[in-house]
Amino acid sequence: MAEVYKIAIIGSGPAGLSAAAHAAKKGLSHILLEKTDHLSDTIYRYQKGKHVMATPSVLVLRSDCEFDAGKREKILDQWNQDTRAAGVNVKFNADVKAITGEKGAFTIELKKGDPVQAETIVLAVGTQGNPNLMRCDGGNLPHVQYQLDDPGEYTDEHIFVIGGGDAGIENAMGLIADAGQNNTVTLLNRGADFPTAKKPNVDGLLAARDAGRISVLTESNTSLVEPGWITVDTPQGSSRYKCDRIIARMGAAPPRAFVESAGVAFASPDRTAFPTLSPTFESTTKPGIYVIGALAGYPLIKHCMNQGYDVVEYISGNTSLEAADEPLLKDKLKGLPGNRSVAEWLEFLRSHVEILNGLSPLQMREFLLDSEVRAYNSGDAIFIRNEQGSSVFGIASGSVKVEVDPTNPAITVPIGESSIFGEVGLISGRRRGATIRAAEPCICVEIPRMAALKLMSQVPEARETVNRITTERQVLQIFKSGLTPADIREVLAGAEVKDVKPGEAIISEGDISDDLYIIRSGSMIVEKTLGGKPVFMSYVPAGSYSGEMAMIERSPRVATVKAAIRSTVVKLPAEPFRELLKRKPELDKRMRGEMKARREINEFIESQQDKFGGAVDMYSSVANFLIKQGIGEATDVLLIDESLCVGCDNCEKACADSHDGLSRLNREAGTTFADIHVPTSCRHCEHPHCMSDCPPNAIRRGPDGEVFISDACIGCGNCQRACPYGVIQMDKPPPPKPSLFKWMLFGMGPGPGQPDYEWRKKAGAKQNTESPKLAIKCDMCSGKSGGPACVRACPTGAAIRVSPDAFLSVARIEGGAG
Amino acid sequence: MTHAGGHTERVRQRTHEGFLRHKGFRWAQIASGLCVVAVGVYFVTAAQLREPPSGGSWLGYLLGTASAGLIVWLACLGIRKRAVSDGHYSLKAWVSAHVYLGLSLIVLATLHTGFQFGWNVHTLAYTLMMLVIASGGFGIWAYSVLPHRLSANRGEVTRKQMLETIASLDAQLQEAAQPLDRSGAAIIRHSIEDTEIGGGFWQRLTGAYDNCANRQAMIRARALPRPKTERDVEALAKVEGLMQQKADALALARRQMRITALLEAWLFVHIPATFALLAALIAHIVSVFAYW
Repeated sequence: MAEVYKIAIIGSGPAGLSAAAHAAKKGLSHILLEKTDHLSDTIYRYQKGKHVMATPSVLVLRSDCEFDAGKREKILDQWNQDTRAAGVNVKFNADVKAITGEKGAFTIELKKGDPVQAETIVLAVGTQGNPNLMRCDGGNLPHVQYQLDDPGEYTDEHIFVIGGGDAGIENAMGLIADAGQNNTVTLLNRGADFPTAKKPNVDGLLAARDAGRISVLTESNTSLVEPGWITVDTPQGSSRYKCDRIIARMGAAPPRAFVESAGVAFASPDRTAFPTLSPTFESTTKPGIYVIGALAGYPLIKHCMNQGYDVVEYISGNTSLEAADEPLLKDKLKGLPGNRSVAEWLEFLRSHVEILNGLSPLQMREFLLDSEVRAYNSGDAIFIRNEQGSSVFGIASGSVKVEVDPTNPAITVPIGESSIFGEVGLISGRRRGATIRAAEPCICVEIPRMAALKLMSQVPEARETVNRITTERQVLQIFKSGLTPADIREVLAGAEVKDVKPGEAIISEGDISDDLYIIRSGSMIVEKTLGGKPVFMSYVPAGSYSGEMAMIERSPRVATVKAAIRSTVVKLPAEPFRELLKRKPELDKRMRGEMKARREINEFIESQQDKFGGAVDMYSSVANFLIKQGIGEATDVLLIDESLCVGCDNCEKACADSHDGLSRLNREAGTTFADIHVPTSCRHCEHPHCMSDCPPNAIRRGPDGEVFISDACIGCGNCQRACPYGVIQMDKPPPPKPSLFKWMLFGMGPGPGQPDYEWRKKAGAKQNTESPKLAIKCDMCSGKSGGPACVRACPTGAAIRVSPDAFLSVARIEGGAG
Repeated sequence: MTHAGGHTERVRQRTHEGFLRHKGFRWAQIASGLCVVAVGVYFVTAAQLREPPSGGSWLGYLLGTASAGLIVWLACLGIRKRAVSDGHYSLKAWVSAHVYLGLSLIVLATLHTGFQFGWNVHTLAYTLMMLVIASGGFGIWAYSVLPHRLSANRGEVTRKQMLETIASLDAQLQEAAQPLDRSGAAIIRHSIEDTEIGGGFWQRLTGAYDNCANRQAMIRARALPRPKTERDVEALAKVEGLMQQKADALALARRQMRITALLEAWLFVHIPATFALLAALIAHIVSVFAYW
C-alpha cells in the first residue's frame, strides 16, 4: 500500500510551493505535484529577464520561501533553493487526471504513474496552465500541440499555427525565420484583424505574408483535423490543406471543468467566477479540498504565497491563526466608533449592507482590503455634485440625504440603512450627479469600482440589487421633477435592461414603436434620412434618454437612434410612462420643453441641409468618422487640425518634457479625415478598457476625469493589451537630461523632447540602475495648472482637446464645419 | 476658472482657431492700434517741428526703446517654445503676438529711423530687421499653405512607416535577386546599398534626385539582355516590379521631406538673421550712446 500523505499540493506556483515549503518545515507528510519538469511554470514561462514586482507593498510576506521584486531568473533560483532547503517532496511530470474520494482518503489519479493517496488536497493550479483546446473533430490527434519550445526543431513540414494573438504570431514567425528549414507555414485567425497582438508582431506578419513567406487565413476556423490534413472554413468556403503539424495558441482559461469534477462548486456560471470557499480556503461543497492562489481569485504573488502558508496552518489544526492581512484591516478600522473587533466589523458590514449579504467571511476580508469604512457626522458631505468618482457607497448604519436640486440644497431625498448610493458613477463613468450628505451620524463603506465589479461578478444577488437600484435612481435623476420611487414603480416594473452592439439601432426611423430609452452606459447617435442619405443629428451620451417624441405624441419614429459603441440601455414601456406624465404635470412640461429643443436642432439641420447641403454633409461625415474612431466612448480626446499642423512635433516634445522624458502621444500615427487627425493618444474612455484587468488596481480616474496609472503599476502589460487604441506603452523613464539652457548654450544633452535610444542607452549605462518597464499613458497633465502640455505647446493652434458632446454639436455647421 | 464640485476645473482649449485668428485677431488689433497711434503721434509731432523727428528726438527714443524691447521679446519665442512649464500659457497666443507685433515693427522701427538711411551700422540693423520680418512673412505663407499638402501627401502613413516600407522592399529585393546572375545581382546591390533616401538639406528642398541609385539600377536592369530560362525572366520581372515599388515609396518619402524642408527653410534665414540683428542692435545702441 502506497503512502497516504497528509497533504497533497497540486500545482507548484507561488501558492503551491509556499504551501509545500511550510508543510515540509512543519514536518507534515506531503507531496507537491507539478505537471511540468520545473517549479512554477507560469513564472518560468515569463520572457527571460522579466522584472517581477512584489505588490501590494503594504502586505507582509508570510512564507518559508523568500520573495522580493527582481528578475525572473533570480526569483526562480531563490524558490528552487528554498524548496530544496525546506526538504519539499516534489513529484515532477505529475499531471493530475482526476480526484476521487472524500476527506481523509482522496485518490489523485495521474496521467502517468501510480495514483497518489492523500488526506487533504490543496488545489493551487492557477489559471495559466490550461490552454484553450481545439474543439473540432480530430483536435486530440498527436500532431496537435499547444506549445512551441524550439522552432528550429522542424524541417520540411506543412505547419498550421492557430490563433492571431502574440503567442501564435511569434510562433509562426519563429518557424519561418530560417528559410533553410523549408517549412510551409500558415497562420489561421478567427477574426479579420489581430486586435490582441502587438503592432510590431502584426506588421512583421503582414510583411512576411506580402513577401510570400507565410500564408495568413483570416476569418477562418478549423472544422476538421485528419492525419496529414486540415480542413478550414473560410469566408469563401471550406478548403482542405496538407498539414503535418498544428500549433494551437488560442489563449488559456481557468481549468474549471477539472476543478468542478473534483466536487468544488463555483459561485456562479459566469466565466470569471471563482470557487466558493470557507474562511480557511476549504471548498464549501467538498470538505478536504482547499483552493488557493489565482484559482481562488488572488492573482498577486504575495497573496498566493501567504495563502500557501496559511492553508497549511489551517489543515494542521491551527484555527486561531491571524490572517496576514489582519494588521491591515485593524488599521483600516481603527478610528471608527463602536469598539468592534475585525471579525465583528466584517460581520456587521456584511449583515447590514444589502449588497454584501451574499459574501463569505473570506470574501469579506478580501473585499474590505480594497474598500474603506468611514463614519460621518450629521451634515458631512460624502461627495459633491460634479466630482469625479466611480466608487459605490453602502450604508451600514444611519441614513444620508441627496441634494437633488443644485440650486436649492434644502430639497433632499433620503436613502436609508443597508441601501447603496453612488452607483451611477460606477455604471456610467460620469461625474457625480448630486451632492450627498449624512442625514444623521452614519457609517458607510466606500467600494472602489474594481471591487464593486468583482463583487457583482461573484455574487449574483449583489448584481441584481445594484441593477435594480441603479435603474430606479437613474430614472429619478434623469427626469427629476420631484419624482419619488413610489411614482415610478409601475414604469420600472416593465423596465428591461438591454445590451446594444456598436451600430445596432434601438429605434429605427419610421417605425411604429413608442418605448422610451435610457442610456445607462456607452452613447448613441441620432441619424435622420435627408435627401436619401443618413445625416448625423446629435450625440446622446450616457445618462440621457431618447425616444420621447414618439412616446409623447404617439407618432412614428422621426429618426434612427443607434449605438456609437457597445452600450447598455434601459427600455421603459410607454403606457405606464404616459400615465406618469398625466399624474405629474411638472414632468410633462419638462419633457415637452426638452423635446421642443431637440426638435429645433433637428429642424435647424434640416433647413441647413436644404440651403447648404455641403456643410451638413461635411458635419455628418466628420461626426461619423469620429464615432468610428471610438470617440463615442471618449470623455476627452486630442484632435489635430491638419490644415494647421506644421509637423513640428512640439506637442510630443512638450509631452515628453512634462512627463519624465517619455512622450505619451504619437502625433503622426492614427487616422485622418477631412483635415481632422485623431493621433494615437489616450481618449480617457468613459469605461476604460485598460481598467478592466489591472492586478494591482493601479488605473484610476482622477479629479478632472483623466484616466491615469498610479505608482502601484507592476508592469504586467495587461492594460497595453486591453487598450483598443494602442495608446499605452511599456517603457522605463530615461535618465534625467541636462537643463534647457545647458542644451541651448553649450549643446549638452539631447535637447527638448524624448531622448533618442542611443542617448538613453549611454546615459543609462552611467547610472547603472535597474528599473522595470511600466505602463505609460496620457494623464491629461494631471496636477499641472495650465492643463495638457500638448495643447499649450502647439504653436499654431492645431492641437485641441475636446469632449465628444461639445465637439459633435451643431455649432460646427454654423462655424462652417471646418 | 470655474468652480465645480469642490475642485477647480482646469482651463481647456475649447475654441478651434489657428494662430492667425487667435481670440478673434486680438493681436492683429493690438498691433494695428499700436501702429496707428505711432503714425498719428509721429505726424502730429512732425507738423510742429522743422525737421521730421529723428531717432534722437524724444519720440525717436520712445519708438527706439519700444522697438528694441519688442525685438528682444520676439526673439524669446525660441526659449518659450522649448521650455515646457506647468503654468497656464499658450504657445499659440505667443506665436500670434509674435507674428503681429513683429509685423508692427515695420512701422515702429521705420518711424524710429526718421527716414534717415545711410551706409552705417544703424541702417544695417534696420536692414537685418526687415530681412527677419520678410523671412517671417514667408514663414506665415508656409504655415498657412503647406500643412495641407503635408497631410495630403502622407495620408495616414507615418515617417517611420515610410522608412520601414523602403527597408522591407529592400529585404524583398534581396530575396528576389537570389536567382539572378552576377551582373543582375550587382544592379540590385547598387539599389539596396547606395540609395540615399533624403540627402542634404538642399537636395531635400529641391527634390532633385537624378542620380538616385534605385533609379539608375532600374535603368540598368531594363538594359539587361533577356535571360535564357523562363524562371530567370520571371525573377527579373519580379525584381523590376519591386524596384518600381521602391521608387514610388522613395518618391512619397522625398515629397514629405521636401514639404518639411520648405516648412523649415525660412527658419534658416529667420534665426541666423535674428542673431545678426541682435548683434547689430547692440552695436547700434552702443555706438549711438558712445559716439553720437
